[in-house]
Amino acid sequence: MALLVQRKPLSWLEKTYLPQILGGMRITLKHLFAPKVTLQYPEERPVLPENYRGVPTLVKDPNGREKCVSCQLCEFVCPPKAIRIWPGEIPENAETAHVEKAPDDFEIDMLRCIYCGLCQEVCPEEAIFLQDIFSVTGYSRDEFKFRKNKLYELGGTLPDKHYKWDKKKEAAFRGNEH
Amino acid sequence: MDFTSFLIILAQALAVVVVLMTFCAYAVLAERKVSAWIQGRVGPNRTTLPVIGSIPVIGTFLTRLGIFQPVADGLKFLFKEDVTPAHVNRPYYILAPALALVPALVTVTVVPFGQYITEAGEMVPLVLADLDIGILFILAVSSLGVYGIVLAGWASNSKYPFLGGIRATAQMISYELAMGLSLLPVFMWINAPGTDAALNLTAVVQGQQGWWLVLWQPLSAFIFLVALFAETNRLPFDMPEAETELVGGFHTEYSSFKFGLFFVAEYAHIVIGSAVFTVLFLGGWHPLPGVPLQLEGILGAISSVGIFTTKVALLVFLFIWVRWTLPRFRYDQVMRMGWKVLLPLAIGNLIFYALAIAAFDSLK
Repeated sequence: MALLVQRKPLSWLEKTYLPQILGGMRITLKHLFAPKVTLQYPEERPVLPENYRGVPTLVKDPNGREKCVSCQLCEFVCPPKAIRIWPGEIPENAETAHVEKAPDDFEIDMLRCIYCGLCQEVCPEEAIFLQDIFSVTGYSRDEFKFRKNKLYELGGTLPDKHYKWDKKKEAAFRGNEH
Repeated sequence: MDFTSFLIILAQALAVVVVLMTFCAYAVLAERKVSAWIQGRVGPNRTTLPVIGSIPVIGTFLTRLGIFQPVADGLKFLFKEDVTPAHVNRPYYILAPALALVPALVTVTVVPFGQYITEAGEMVPLVLADLDIGILFILAVSSLGVYGIVLAGWASNSKYPFLGGIRATAQMISYELAMGLSLLPVFMWINAPGTDAALNLTAVVQGQQGWWLVLWQPLSAFIFLVALFAETNRLPFDMPEAETELVGGFHTEYSSFKFGLFFVAEYAHIVIGSAVFTVLFLGGWHPLPGVPLQLEGILGAISSVGIFTTKVALLVFLFIWVRWTLPRFRYDQVMRMGWKVLLPLAIGNLIFYALAIAAFDSLK
């Protein structure tokens, strides 16, 4: 329904602009003493929402095992092709020898990354997460290529609900009954 | 004139210019701080100096207040790259910033900013040159400041500065008239029949030992203030600059120190304008309406200068406050207000006070 707004003609006093100007100045004066909303950034940090998509990072499980098995799904799904994985074998004598594979090296080019979060969504091992880091700086293009060490350093350890490979190992120990 | 008195005058002039420039620098800081506070921000609060800034409480407080910011601002203007576009008219392009600043610095010579009462009870005004034609001098020289802007707009040889220059010309002519006419009643009042004062600014201050002129002539004061806003190119009348319409207006093509000169000139005009308004309408160095300052000696001189500077600072705050409250008038609105509102109002005001003074005189 159309709404007709009645416009009253300005009164003589309003035509002088003065009451409005004084009213405006009263408002700005009130704001002059109002508390400030500025966040003093490097000292104070913004509160990020739980599902914030920051820099993609690689995580380890609470046992300290790297969760990535270099399936390269994230490399495949990554829209800007920012991810590159060099798959590698796990040595026979390692404690995690039962895990399929591990990345030899892992690289995310942060100048290409668009923070879409598809890598996190596609990862079957829950190994890659977009966490709360939002400030990425560097002096050269090379510094923006995050390698495996850096990605694990940024990612740290996250709690794990499944311990998939521990269960697999136990099942194999019991003879994979079903 | 012998050499020593020449040196003394030189030192006095230097002192006044240094104080004025400091005032301008801190007016810029005040502008940034007040605008920030009005918008709910904090403003410059990081710049600090090595030793003073690290004093525990005071240093932090001063840094938070941005006290050291003008130093950084000034250095920035000195060291940025000075680009002179190829298409400008070089001699005039270089002359323009100086032409904008010099009139502001010249007008300060005739503005009395304090008094010194000798033990004999004689009043000596603190002023660089106590001219008998003080207000004429101010009106004449301060309106020269627009030449800097017009010249900058023209010599830049590109469209936005040119538009800024045109607007500056039109605006100055329109508001200069109202400004001059609003001042006439003041001097008629001071030179009322039976008194002997001329156009001297010190005489205006001494004539306000009772009530201030802003109380006797509120309309004159108001017209003068509005014209002053227009003359100093401040919002709501910043037509020549109008950064949302004209990029930077007349100073679009200027960078580095040349831009810095324009910037300082704008604030110098504001400070001088506030000083003139204080002298003419706010009783100069007299503390309150009806309470003249009669302290003798050096203490009286210091307090007179202090009271005067406080009033000027408050007026500068008013300038800033209005700037961050009001939007810009449209160009045609500015013209309409100048010619069709302020000018008739000023003429009516003049006639009213002329008749009132004549009537008052015939009653006596």
